[in-house]
Amino acid sequence: MGEFVFFLLALAWPFLAGSYGTGLITEALIFAIAAMSLDLLMGYSGLVSFGHAAFFGVGAYALALSGMKLGLNPWLGILVAVMTSALAALIIGYFCVRVSGVAFIMLTLAFAQLLYSAAVKWRGITGGSDGIGGFDRPQIAGLSLNDPIYMYFACLLGFVLSLWLLRRIINSQFGHALVGLRENETRMRALGFSTDRLKLCAFVLSGAFAGFAGALYAIYNSFISPDALSFAQSGMFLLMVVLGGVGSLLGPAIGAAIFLLMKQFVSSHTEHWLAIVGIIFVCCVMFFRSGVYGFLKQWLERGART
Amino acid sequence: MTLLRVESLQKSFGSLNVTRDVTLDVGAGEKHVIIGPNGAGKTSLINQIGGQMTPDGGRVMIDGSDVTRLAPEQRARLGLARTFQKNTLFQRLSVFENVRLGVQARFGNSFDLAQRAAARTDVNARARDVLDLLRLTALAERRVASISYGDQRQLEIAVALAGDPRILLLDEPTSGLSPVETRQLIEIIRALPSHLGILMIEHDMEVVFSLADRITVLYYGEVLASDKPDVVAANERVRDVYLGASF
Amino acid sequence: MDLFVSQLLNGLVYGLLLFLLASGLSLIFGLMGVVNLAHGSFFMLGAFIGLSVVSYTGSFWWALVLAPIPVAIAAAAIEILLLRHLYKRDKVDMVLLTFGLSFVFTDLVEWGWGKDTFSLSEPASLEESLEFLGGYFPQYRLAIVVFGLAVALLLWLLIEKTRIGAMVRAGIDDTRTAMGIGLNVPLLLTTTFASGAALAGMAGVVAGPILGVYSGVDVEVLIPAFIVIVIGGMGSLKGAFVGSLLIGIADTFGKAYMPEASMFLIYAAMIVILLARPHGLFGQAAS
Ligand SMILES: Nc1ncnc2c1ncn2[C@@H]1O[C@H](COP(=O)(O)OP(=O)(O)O)[C@@H](O)[C@H]1O
Ligand SMILES: [Mg+2]
Repeated sequence: MGEFVFFLLALAWPFLAGSYGTGLITEALIFAIAAMSLDLLMGYSGLVSFGHAAFFGVGAYALALSGMKLGLNPWLGILVAVMTSALAALIIGYFCVRVSGVAFIMLTLAFAQLLYSAAVKWRGITGGSDGIGGFDRPQIAGLSLNDPIYMYFACLLGFVLSLWLLRRIINSQFGHALVGLRENETRMRALGFSTDRLKLCAFVLSGAFAGFAGALYAIYNSFISPDALSFAQSGMFLLMVVLGGVGSLLGPAIGAAIFLLMKQFVSSHTEHWLAIVGIIFVCCVMFFRSGVYGFLKQWLERGART
Repeated sequence: MTLLRVESLQKSFGSLNVTRDVTLDVGAGEKHVIIGPNGAGKTSLINQIGGQMTPDGGRVMIDGSDVTRLAPEQRARLGLARTFQKNTLFQRLSVFENVRLGVQARFGNSFDLAQRAAARTDVNARARDVLDLLRLTALAERRVASISYGDQRQLEIAVALAGDPRILLLDEPTSGLSPVETRQLIEIIRALPSHLGILMIEHDMEVVFSLADRITVLYYGEVLASDKPDVVAANERVRDVYLGASF
Repeated sequence: MDLFVSQLLNGLVYGLLLFLLASGLSLIFGLMGVVNLAHGSFFMLGAFIGLSVVSYTGSFWWALVLAPIPVAIAAAAIEILLLRHLYKRDKVDMVLLTFGLSFVFTDLVEWGWGKDTFSLSEPASLEESLEFLGGYFPQYRLAIVVFGLAVALLLWLLIEKTRIGAMVRAGIDDTRTAMGIGLNVPLLLTTTFASGAALAGMAGVVAGPILGVYSGVDVEVLIPAFIVIVIGGMGSLKGAFVGSLLIGIADTFGKAYMPEASMFLIYAAMIVILLARPHGLFGQAAS
């Protein structure tokens, strides 16, 4: 029921909200995909990646470069972006899953930082800190994503598809195994699960979805810069997940939307957006650990009881 | 037939020798109980058999093949299962889901991304059978964190049994249980499939002598005696250092 | 030959600067289990406060002495008001918390000093270069080497030879035991966190003339410092020292002799060492 209402609202949105509101929600949908992909790692597998922007950024650059350097059709570019991010996740994950705790945090952070500096320094390919822009947006049957309304619907489709796929993954035996990993790795190994392979698979899947989001982001902005790979960007993804509610999939999507709306609102009133982000982060961790989703769920359950 | 064999196992932490030249066997259908005072190195021995701890020397063999260098998950796939002295469960999952993961490890396909786990009726059915066997059915939907400690001890065994192992290692399954709970658990252990080889650590002498086909006494990492219960009970050194007061 | 020797000096300088950061980071982790992602912020805050002190007093030395104080106070406040309430929770919560704080600090610094890159001038008395081994060596860099080694020695003496050090070591081995034997653990934790932060702030001042002072320098130094302790082993002072010199020298030589590949060098070093020794060179395989 709730999802049906959401769906109707989503379909009508561009006609209700005007171009500004449409752009905002388009961006929210893109970041929601990225946040959900991080939640697959963080919330379901217990792998808290501090460098998730790496996969997002790789997807974005892959889309931009496949169009500009290889002359690929941008639809194909999306596919290339997803595959490149999955490959990046495979390589990075291969190292990361071998360690746990601090070393894991450090490795994910360090790999992301490595890609960030590569994007800044290899000016010839990436345009350095100026970034690259002006690449083609995909079009099909005369409908071009240059039109914000089509862009919105493309992202809505991407979001719904991602949500559906991620839900399937989580409800599969693989998803259950990931949850087991999050809860107790020692036991999982004693039961005979290949925990490293499970983690690596989770990494690759998560990276692929993040890369998909990155590709949509590059298309949406028709521009990409190393910021998409930055420490701060990884932090924003983490915040979206924590704010929305770790391990609830839809929660992080809501977190992404709230985050962007708040950003719009706050940025137009003050320059201290970053401090606000930090303070929300701190408050979420200290007092609001189950996030918006957890809060809503509790509230609805309490309502149902009385 | 020997299912599990431990041969001249050695392990030390710095100057502390927790396992000194330990050799023992567990055959199919045998209940082999390890006794020994606290700190004797019983858990360390189980950890080396399970693969959670790497020995410095000696061998662990399953069905005559050397598994000393294998990871815990590889040993599990050869039919070795274990419980932990300190509960090692999936705390935020339901009792059913805990057992279901154990079943999935052996009978499911953990790299199946497409099919819903709930649709694997064979896995679910086996999980329910195991819950029945351990008398946990009434608690199936409860979260582990919300059930009693005694029930959690029982669930430890259920999760280990879920994959239909051939060898079961039990690290003090009755620790922390009330006398009533202990008696219940012993009944359950007695009712386990008869082909199962069990290696079990236990402190309660009544339990030990009522269950054991064979007893191994560990003392400061060393095997003091390893034999039939009546022979061990008659052993002078064992009486001196350990059993003393109990008889 | 000159180039080699002067690169070696630069490597030592960078390595010892990293040590000032990594030692605090490592002790804080060892004792408190906190992966402090705000440690680079303490460095940055120290550098900016140093900048202001220099512009008021005209003296680098005042900056060196005064800048760490507000940094330590801020850190103590963070430990008492926030971190302390998270010790019993999942360790990830503390990492997320300090991550959030690093954003607040970045904003604070940009608000107070702007987004420009400033250079902190070195003390006038150390502006010259010394000539030996057939090369010219800036006095300031030599002074950093001496200072860094002195701090390392003092820290080692403090940890290994004093009562406070014994408490820290006991705490690193097992916080609960330390509580059991009657140590005032909360005070110990606050002090360690604040001292580590002060050391980082001081490092910010010392590094100011070399690395520059700008918002963003926090991440710039935090990542290598983390690589250092991952390589050296979390919680080990010796590991932090050896790791710092290793990374400092490797990075400097990399930049000088193979500038294209240099940025991969320290990451590659970290990956290789981690795969060979998952707990670092001097780390213990503890939980
Ligand atoms: N990982 C370890 N590091 C150092 N010492 C250990 C470790 N594991 C166990 N020990 C020590 O080995 C001894 C035997 O422990 P354990 O095998 O748990 O004994 P038991 O189960 O017989 O009570 C104890 O003194 C314990 O402190
Ligand atoms: Mg034990």
